[in-house]
Amino acid sequence: MTNSKGRFGIHGGQYIPETLMNAIIELEEAYEHYKNDDEFNRELTELFNEYAGRPSRLYYAEKMTKDLGGAKIYLKREDLNHTGSHKINNVLGQALLAKKMGKTRLIAETGAGQHGVATATAAALMNMECVVFMGEEDTKRQALNVYRMRLLGAEVVPVTSGTATLKDAVSEAMREWTKRISDTHYCLGSVMGPHPFPTIVRDFQSVISRETKAQIMEKEGRLPDAVIACVGGGSNAIGSFYNFIEDKEVKLIGCEAAGRGIDTFETAATVNTGRLGIFHGMKSYFCQDEYGQIAPVYSISAGLDYPGVGPEHANLHDMGRAEYVPVTDEEAVCAFEYLSKVEGIIPAIESAHAVAYAMKLAPTMDKDKIIVITISGRGDKDCAQIARYRGENIYE
Amino acid sequence: MSKIKSAFENGKAFIPFITCGDPDLETTEKIVCAAAENGADLIELGIPFSDPTAEGPVIQGANIRALAGGVTTDKIFDMVKRLRKSVTIPMVFMTYANVVFSYGAEKFISICNEIGIDGLILPDLPFEEKEEFLPLCKKYDVDLISLVAPTSADRISMIAKEASGFIYIVSSLGVTGTRSEITTDLDSIIEVVRKNTDVPCAIGFGISTPEQAARMAAVSDGAIVGSAIIKIIEEYGKDAAKPVGEYINSMKQAIK
Repeated sequence: MTNSKGRFGIHGGQYIPETLMNAIIELEEAYEHYKNDDEFNRELTELFNEYAGRPSRLYYAEKMTKDLGGAKIYLKREDLNHTGSHKINNVLGQALLAKKMGKTRLIAETGAGQHGVATATAAALMNMECVVFMGEEDTKRQALNVYRMRLLGAEVVPVTSGTATLKDAVSEAMREWTKRISDTHYCLGSVMGPHPFPTIVRDFQSVISRETKAQIMEKEGRLPDAVIACVGGGSNAIGSFYNFIEDKEVKLIGCEAAGRGIDTFETAATVNTGRLGIFHGMKSYFCQDEYGQIAPVYSISAGLDYPGVGPEHANLHDMGRAEYVPVTDEEAVCAFEYLSKVEGIIPAIESAHAVAYAMKLAPTMDKDKIIVITISGRGDKDCAQIARYRGENIYE
Repeated sequence: MSKIKSAFENGKAFIPFITCGDPDLETTEKIVCAAAENGADLIELGIPFSDPTAEGPVIQGANIRALAGGVTTDKIFDMVKRLRKSVTIPMVFMTYANVVFSYGAEKFISICNEIGIDGLILPDLPFEEKEEFLPLCKKYDVDLISLVAPTSADRISMIAKEASGFIYIVSSLGVTGTRSEITTDLDSIIEVVRKNTDVPCAIGFGISTPEQAARMAAVSDGAIVGSAIIKIIEEYGKDAAKPVGEYINSMKQAIK
C-alpha cells in the first residue's frame, strides 16, 4: 500500500501525469508557506468580509421548524455570499495564492456554473485572465451562468467530450493545464483532484463551520445535533463539517444526488453506489463499471452531477464519522419549492438536496434538538429548469 | 532481465501505439501483425478508458469508438493470447490507473505475465504513486514504464535511477496529438537520463512524419507514434492493417 502525500486514510494521493508534478509541488510549497503568512491571511479575511460579504448568516428558520414540528432548524446562508454561493470562499483563497505565486491566468471547471462564476469574478477583481471549461450539456442547463461568466470577462469553453458534464469539464481543464503551466493556475472548485487540492479547498471552505460553530454557540450556547450539507465533489459539505469533526456528538450528514434513484443507472450517488477507484488525480469512491470505466452519472443538479467524491469524505465514510444519504431529483425539487414558499428563500437545487433530507429528519427529532443545514447557494439559476421539470416553459 | 531491451537492439526502435478495439478487435489483431511484419520493434497496446485525461482528441476518439464497440479488458487479454502465437516482439499495455486498479491489480498484472505482456504504461501514475503497482509488477516480471516530461527538471535523475524497461520521454507540454513543431530541449533531458541509467529511452507525443521521427530517434533510442496511426485507422476502418503497415515501414526506414 502506498504512503504518498495527501492521504485521507487510504484515499487521496497524486495520480496525475508527470507533466503536472512540478506544478503540483510548486503549489503545495506555496500553500504551505502562505497558509501561515499573516499578510496573506489578513488580505484573505479582508476579501471575505469586505468583498464576499462574510460572515454569512446563521438564520433560525422558525416557520420551517414549526411546520415540520421537530428539531430546531438553522440555515447557514452561503447563498448570501457575493456571487451567490460558497464557491467564492475557495476561489478568493486560490486566486490570491495564484497571484502571490506570480500566475496571471486562472482556468477552472464548472458544473452548475457557480464555481465558474466565482472564478471569473475573482479573476476580474485581481486582473487575471480566466478560461472556464463547462460541459456543453451544462451550458444549456445553466445558460444564465454562462452569460455571467462572459460578462465578467472570462472565456467559456463548452466541453463536448464524454458525457459533456462536470467530469468532462474537469478532464478538459486538466488537459489544458498540461498544455500551459508556467503562467496558469488551475483553480479547482471542489475538495477533489490530486493533493494538495483537497486540503487547500477544504481549508478555504472551513470558514463555513468556523463561523457556524461561533454563531450557534452565541445563539444556543451549545453545538448542533446534526449538520447537513449536499455533496457532489463535497466542498461545501467539508467546509460545513470540518470544525465539527472532533465534536463526536455532532452528526455529520452529506446528501448525495440520487437522481432518479440509487436503484437506477440515472444517479450520481457515489458513496451509495460507487466503489474504490483512481481517477482525476485521487483514490476515492467512483461510480464505475466492472472494468473501471467511469459511469455516466445523472442528477437534475449540474453541480452534483459528478461520478466521484472528495477523498476526505470517502475517509469520513470509512470511519463512520459522517453519513452519506441519497436524495432523489423529486425530493430535491419538492424541497426547492418548500423552502421558497415557507421561508421565502430560494435555495440552489444542489442545496435543496440537503433541505430535503432535513425535512425527513427534523420531524423524527425532539424539539430541543438542533439541525444546521448549509444553503450552499441560491436558486435563481435553477428557476427555468425547475419550471421545465414541472412542465412549465419560461424564458430565462 | 527485461525482454523490452530486445526492442532496442535492431537500430533505433520504432514504437507504434494502437488502441485495442478501434474499430474492433479483429482489426486490431491484423494491425498488430502488420506492424510487427513492417518493422515495429515494440508495440504499445492501448486499453481504452472512458476518460483518457492525457489524450488529445484523436486518441480520445479511438477510446470512444472502441468502448462503444463493446471492447473489455478481458476481451483484450484474449486477443493478446491469440497474437502471441505469431507476434514475438515486446508488447506493453498503455492504459489508466483505474483500469488496472479496478480489475484487481494483482489479477491484472499476473495475467499480463501469463499472456506475454512485457510492460505497463500508466500516464496517471507518477513516480510518487508507483508503489501502487510496482511491487506487483516486480513480482510478475512486468516492467512499469516511467515517463519523463518537459517539466520534469530536477525530477529526471530520480525517475531515471529507478526506471525499468524503457523510459518514455514526453516531447512536449500538453496531451497526445500531432504537432507541427517540437521545441523542447530534449538533448539536455536525455543527457540527464543517460547519466543516471542505461535503460533505453524513446520519445513520444506529437510525432507524425518520418522527418520528425528521424530527428527524435537521432537524439534518443527510438520514436513512439500514436495519433498519426490512429488517424489512419480512423480513415480506413476495418481495412487499416495494410496502410498502417506501410506507414510503419516508412517510419522505421526513416529512423534506422
